[in-house]
Amino acid sequence: MDFIEKHLLTLILFAPTVAALILLFVPGKYVKAFRWGALAASIIPFALTLVAWARFNPDPNPAAPFQFVEQAAWYAAINASYHLGIDGISLPMVLLTTLLTPLALLASFSIKERVKPYMILFLLLETGMLGVFMSLDLMLFFVFWEVGLVPMYFLIAQWGGSNRNYAALKFVLYTMGGSLGLLLAIQLMGVAVGSFDLVTLTEKWPTIQSLAVPIGIPIETVKTIAFWAFVIAFAIKVPVWPFHTWLPDAHTEAPTAGSMILAGVLLKLGAYGFLRLVLPLFPVEAQRFAWVLAALAVAAIIFGALGALAQNDFKRLVAYSSINHMGFVVLAVAAAAYTWNTTAANTLLDKNLALSGAVLQMFNHGLSAAGMFFLVGVIYERTHTRDLKEMGGLYAILPVYGTVLIFTAMASLGLPGLGGFVSEFLVVRGVWPIFTAAAALSMIGLFFTGAYILKALKLVLHGPLNTRWEGHLTDISARELVVMAPLMVLILLIGVWPAWLLDMINRAVAFLF
Amino acid sequence: MQFPILSVLIFTPLAAALILLLLPEEKKNWIKGLALAAGIIVLALSVWLYASYDIAAGGYQFQERVDWLPALGISYFVGVDGISLPLVFLSGLVIVSGVLVSWNVHDRPREFFSFLMFLGASVLGVFCSLDLFMLFFFFELAVFPKYLMIVTWGSPKTREYGGMKLTLYLFIGSMLALIGALAIYFGSGLRTFDMLALENAGFAMAFQRLWFPFVFLGFAILGGIFPFHSWAPDGHVAAPTAISMLLAGVEMKVGAFAALRVGIMLLPEGARQWAWLILILATVNVVYGAFIALIQTDFKYVIGFSSVSHMGLVLIGFATLSREGLIGAGMQMFSHGVMTALFFSIVGMVYDRAHTRDIPKLGGLARKMPWAAIGFIVGGLVSMGMPGFSGFVAEFPVFMGAWRAAPVVAVIAILGILITAGYIFLVIRRVFFGEVPEELAGVTDVTVKDKIVIGGLAVVMIGLGVFPSLMVPMVESGVKTILAILGGA
Amino acid sequence: MTSETLVWLIPLPPLLAFFLIVVFTNRNKALSHWLALIAAGLSWAISMVIFGRAVRTEGLAEHPIAQAIPWLPTGTTSLNIGIQIDPLSAVTLFFVAITVLMIFIYSTGYHNYGQPAGQHDHKGLPPEGAEVEDAKGKLVKVPSIEPMYSRFFALISLFAFAMFLLVVTDNLLTLYVGWEIMGLCSYLLIGFWYAKESARKAMIKAFLTTRVGDVFMLLGLAALYTLTGTLNYQEILGNPDVLGQLAGALSPVLGLSWAALIGILIFIGTVGKSAQFPLHIWLPDAMEGPTPVSAMIHAATMVSAGVYLAIRFFPLLSVGWEPGAALTTPMMVMGVIGSFTALFAATIAVAQNDVKRVLAFSTISQLGYMIAALGVGAYAAAAFHLVTHAFFKALLFLGSGSIIHGMEHGIFHTHEHVDPQNMLNMGGLRKKMPITFWTFLIGGLALSGFPLITAGFWSKDEILSGAFKGGQMGVFITLALAALLTAFYTARQITLTFLGKPRSKAAEHAHESKWTMTAPLAILSVFAIGAGWAGIPEDFPGLGGLLPNWFEEFVGSMLHFEHAEAVHSLVPLITSLVVALGGLALGWVVYRGLQRPVDPLEKSLGGLHTVLKNKYYIDEFYQAAFIRPANWVANVFTYKILDQTVIDGILHGIARFGVWLGKGLRNVIDLPVVNGAGDNAARGTRGVGMYLRSQQSGRIQQYMVIAISLLVLAGLVIYFTVGMS
Repeated sequence: MDFIEKHLLTLILFAPTVAALILLFVPGKYVKAFRWGALAASIIPFALTLVAWARFNPDPNPAAPFQFVEQAAWYAAINASYHLGIDGISLPMVLLTTLLTPLALLASFSIKERVKPYMILFLLLETGMLGVFMSLDLMLFFVFWEVGLVPMYFLIAQWGGSNRNYAALKFVLYTMGGSLGLLLAIQLMGVAVGSFDLVTLTEKWPTIQSLAVPIGIPIETVKTIAFWAFVIAFAIKVPVWPFHTWLPDAHTEAPTAGSMILAGVLLKLGAYGFLRLVLPLFPVEAQRFAWVLAALAVAAIIFGALGALAQNDFKRLVAYSSINHMGFVVLAVAAAAYTWNTTAANTLLDKNLALSGAVLQMFNHGLSAAGMFFLVGVIYERTHTRDLKEMGGLYAILPVYGTVLIFTAMASLGLPGLGGFVSEFLVVRGVWPIFTAAAALSMIGLFFTGAYILKALKLVLHGPLNTRWEGHLTDISARELVVMAPLMVLILLIGVWPAWLLDMINRAVAFLF
Repeated sequence: MQFPILSVLIFTPLAAALILLLLPEEKKNWIKGLALAAGIIVLALSVWLYASYDIAAGGYQFQERVDWLPALGISYFVGVDGISLPLVFLSGLVIVSGVLVSWNVHDRPREFFSFLMFLGASVLGVFCSLDLFMLFFFFELAVFPKYLMIVTWGSPKTREYGGMKLTLYLFIGSMLALIGALAIYFGSGLRTFDMLALENAGFAMAFQRLWFPFVFLGFAILGGIFPFHSWAPDGHVAAPTAISMLLAGVEMKVGAFAALRVGIMLLPEGARQWAWLILILATVNVVYGAFIALIQTDFKYVIGFSSVSHMGLVLIGFATLSREGLIGAGMQMFSHGVMTALFFSIVGMVYDRAHTRDIPKLGGLARKMPWAAIGFIVGGLVSMGMPGFSGFVAEFPVFMGAWRAAPVVAVIAILGILITAGYIFLVIRRVFFGEVPEELAGVTDVTVKDKIVIGGLAVVMIGLGVFPSLMVPMVESGVKTILAILGGA
Repeated sequence: MTSETLVWLIPLPPLLAFFLIVVFTNRNKALSHWLALIAAGLSWAISMVIFGRAVRTEGLAEHPIAQAIPWLPTGTTSLNIGIQIDPLSAVTLFFVAITVLMIFIYSTGYHNYGQPAGQHDHKGLPPEGAEVEDAKGKLVKVPSIEPMYSRFFALISLFAFAMFLLVVTDNLLTLYVGWEIMGLCSYLLIGFWYAKESARKAMIKAFLTTRVGDVFMLLGLAALYTLTGTLNYQEILGNPDVLGQLAGALSPVLGLSWAALIGILIFIGTVGKSAQFPLHIWLPDAMEGPTPVSAMIHAATMVSAGVYLAIRFFPLLSVGWEPGAALTTPMMVMGVIGSFTALFAATIAVAQNDVKRVLAFSTISQLGYMIAALGVGAYAAAAFHLVTHAFFKALLFLGSGSIIHGMEHGIFHTHEHVDPQNMLNMGGLRKKMPITFWTFLIGGLALSGFPLITAGFWSKDEILSGAFKGGQMGVFITLALAALLTAFYTARQITLTFLGKPRSKAAEHAHESKWTMTAPLAILSVFAIGAGWAGIPEDFPGLGGLLPNWFEEFVGSMLHFEHAEAVHSLVPLITSLVVALGGLALGWVVYRGLQRPVDPLEKSLGGLHTVLKNKYYIDEFYQAAFIRPANWVANVFTYKILDQTVIDGILHGIARFGVWLGKGLRNVIDLPVVNGAGDNAARGTRGVGMYLRSQQSGRIQQYMVIAISLLVLAGLVIYFTVGMS
């Protein structure tokens, strides 16, 4: 017990890896073993996360905000250490990850070929994502940041749709390309400060006077460039318009579970990067360029919605909706960045609201987007098409599925009473006094969100009675309902009683930077 | 006088080589067995050395010294430090792997394995020599076996060309180096080839500036420095699998290592003077090699040029003359050695079964030979510097060093990583995934021995990527001495 | 139980019913509708108790029944939500609870509970009727039960929950929650028969049109919350200081004060929800839903919610205004939009033949009245008309549903193919369906403001006099004209439907609906008359003072300024008498004794009639002006041009450049230059190569000799150089 106490995060982080290694030695023919084994293995980190949740001190001290901290020597030669810890911002993300992974694995039971590598990759992917949320060391952060790419690449390229090769390569190269700048900036910071430890860096980097690097340009410029390197890396991941075009392709081609994780967690890595690294490390630059971020965020909100409206491919439509929703996160980040050194009580409140809204929006979008993608997968497995025009009138044939779909769609539409609304309201409220125009413009996006959601519902469920499918389609199965149930419950729970989650976030963002 | 472990290490393969020649041609299993045994002894000894090296103490350990031509100050003087020991271990790995993947050589196996052992002895000798003369002796010892193996067992189309080209470049290189070495010998006025002594010779600035390029470039040619790299891809492609593994995996490190040991450590000021040039050339190496690898359609050429690109990082690491850079270079030498050995072994396995290296003609092999696919993917991730693999822990410090020395180099060289990722992912997809062409329908899975090689090398790379502390401290201890020299100079 | 606890409980039963039906009883029709009915009944009972207590509470306006709990942690503080019953919510609760219950009961009959399932019925389509053998064994067609009976009751329960939530809550945020959930319900219920193209269009139209208003409202919310740090009614509207600050602060938009800007933003929400011009277009199409839904939307819930919001925020909208003083900007806006909508919709209603569409436009028009009333400051009058209108409009809609049922019965009987909703096919239904007739008549008269006895008269008269006393002649005249038209088309409707001779076989064989449908009509008609007596103004000649003007007292107490008693004049009274009676008479004269199913106005009005019939072509205009361009921006600009061409183009360009560069390096530098140099040198030594190759004949010793000799050579070189130096 004491061991668990001390190494809780490590256990959560590497439980999937260990499981993957064990599965590696199981002969590929025992398909069931892999499905259930992987599922069982992914339950462990979830359970442990609940333990962490239970033991998490909701009212941490501002001096040392991180809890369950672990530190061990790792790459001593360059002062990079294995340093883990979570606060009220990362814990919800960890929970999201450990929750979505089992669901995604359960959703993957329909995978028929090459189950062994699939499950192993999926478990490795989980470790990669968790690591990003837990790392308190910049180099470690980068390690997990990149490691997550590989399994996802193969998941898309091996179990994906018709155009998977293009999509997978675009995804991996685009993201890696974005990370190059990040990598360089991290190395520079390591050289300049002599440490990769996030806590140390947060103290020293923003106020650093000389970089100890023979570089011919003034330090402010260097820091600005580094700032943009960070921003672009994360902007691609989020993705922020105009870095978003990899996402629709990747989502559309990825296998269902892959899309669930991609939208549910991977996009959050980028947003988390903004919160955890960009804001604390580059407060000055972030403030100076906040308006650019805000502008891009608004563009993402509006163009994301419009792009979604333009789609006739169900999965692509949902993919674009992610761009639209994540735009709100970035908008909130921009607003917060703009007010970092404020002392006025009411501005502090605005900033706080924006940030809590951002984190909550990340969580909510994780739930609803994963749900939507899963439902797309469900219908795809039955009709073998994602073309909205070929569906229609399915509500009469699949009443249960239809109801579940409407619920999830409404959650992603931001219907009050469901999770999405609370976070979007917080964001809009927080941003309003800071970037009034941006908040106002984002309403356009909010309107078109309604438009494309209704378009999807109309073409899938309503539409002219589609006799073609009658008798050929079975309603959503029990297993599929089990996947959806936790998501729906949480969506409703957050919508009706956000305090249980928001309280923790709210305290954490107060002293984020 | 403790047990002369280094001598045993060096002379085991040499002895094996000679014995092999005396064995009757038809006793194939004896031959293979003996070669394998020798390889395993080498590996075992190198592991033992690695384990028992005292990192805290650092410096050159397991020294042995026997005066040979005292009149000329030539002595048999060996010892290993934190830089060379990983390379010794690398040699052990690659030799064993080479023997294993060559198990099915039917054309005159006796000579083949004998020469392989010669090669092994030569590289081990170079890594362990603390005497300039011995270093050259071992260096040259490898030239002929290399040439003969390429022209004899190499791929028919290009073996003459490749073999000749390689030999030629290496001759030029070693001659340049030899001239420089002689200059050092005489310039020092110490009348000794003892490098430890020469390190403190305190050469004049002008002298160093003049002679450094000879020594460094001479050896760096073997390290594949631009624009003298073109022997590498052609040579590797022409050579039989095991030789490609040794050439790219170890020989190129020999070049780099010698350039460090003789060039930088004996002429530190010269290094300081010429660092800018090396940085430029090495940076070109990285990007140039990657770009060309990107457009190759010959499976083996892709790897060949990727080696050029990766050796560039080693040289960058050297040229930064900074702690991080040197650590990175040391790590990169080992990491790239293992990685490229793995690459070439897999290319060989694919070629032996598909009888083509033309990427467009390949495809879907993951289903036919999953182990090869996994091995290649691991190697690919290492070569693209993917975190969690040895490539990352090696390249990261190199770039940090570059930041210290010349930030622009870091910014340019980082491109190499992306391009590498590009061609690696493309090759993985085209060779191992997609549909299997019908002419490859009959391809069989790799043998158990191949699996041992793949598994072993992959495990080493991953282990190092996850736990860099397995090797970094040792390299670091070696770097300390270098920094001391650089500081002292 | 304490009032507070009870108020918390009011919205819950329908919500519970919704979940229970969806999750458990959706297969069992009886269980489902019983759950819904019991839930509605419970909410009704509690509401009545609360209403009773509220009425008896002294100074309820200042000290409402209220309770709040923290909901949203925000920084160091938290956003509270809670319940509040003040006079306004009390009266709203009153009519909502009653109409909702009535509509629920009516629905069981409307959806043919107890009838067999139709052979050809299909989920998503209205039941077509079932063929059954009658006593004599011959097949007869009878109405068949709705295939999605349970789903209907689930949704309508959720609808009721949302409305109750909206009424009892004490803050704008929860109001918005209820507001949006209602949007969802209306969407799902308007599109209840989603297999109909028209229904699909209507459901989306309704949701999106109202959403236009909602997003503005959300901005208003954000602004209000930012400036005041709260969304609670009392803390904002009940607090003169806060209102004062808002009125004082200048907003960045058009030089409006923040109070005005926020007021207008929130009012835009009302415009959407209460179907005011220019966002009125969704309401007529909402007819596509089952009739009880129309009643729900038009009377009990949706549109009332919009007006309720406007009345609720009157203190903000009118901040700085006293009776007699100049109107505030928001009030002016409301006055203009309201009165215009009232007239505009009324003109359209004149030219509609669908019995439900007429009512739809009359709703828009009547809502316009309420908004206009607020615009001229007739606060209590607006609330009063909201209440009375809810009753008689619910009555009228349910009545029209009953009419349609009657017609369908006739159609089943005669197998005639006529549109059961087209009034021109009706006529003479008075005898066939007497209860429906009388109740509908009451409702109609109330709508047209038939003097003295109907509730509509009193509330409408209040508004007119309000406009008159407020000196807003423009509003006054517009509304008067609207009232005239209202009376006219009401008379037209009643005449065409019930009076004269049947104009179709179906009408001849029409049949009174069953008690579950007629009983609610009867009950509602009581309120359609009685509700008016609660608000007879003191200064009314004759009747004034017989009954205390309770409503004015009760709801008027919400406002913090005293109503200055304006000039006493008979003009408004006379006007309302004239327009009401005149309009009714006119309508009756024009349409009585109509033989063929053709509207006489078509000839007399000519082109104008077509324009009116097509609702001034506003839908078409929007289609061309907004919807098509929006789709173009989405499909062509955003997706095809921006994403696929520009952005991806750049990416692919970079990728191609990489490959191009690689090829270039290889073919321009590596092969010719780098290799070339090496090869030329190599050629020179080719001879050596040949020589060595010729030696290669398996005689290893030779190679060894060569190797050793070379080394010896090197040794000699060194030796001699040493010797020399």
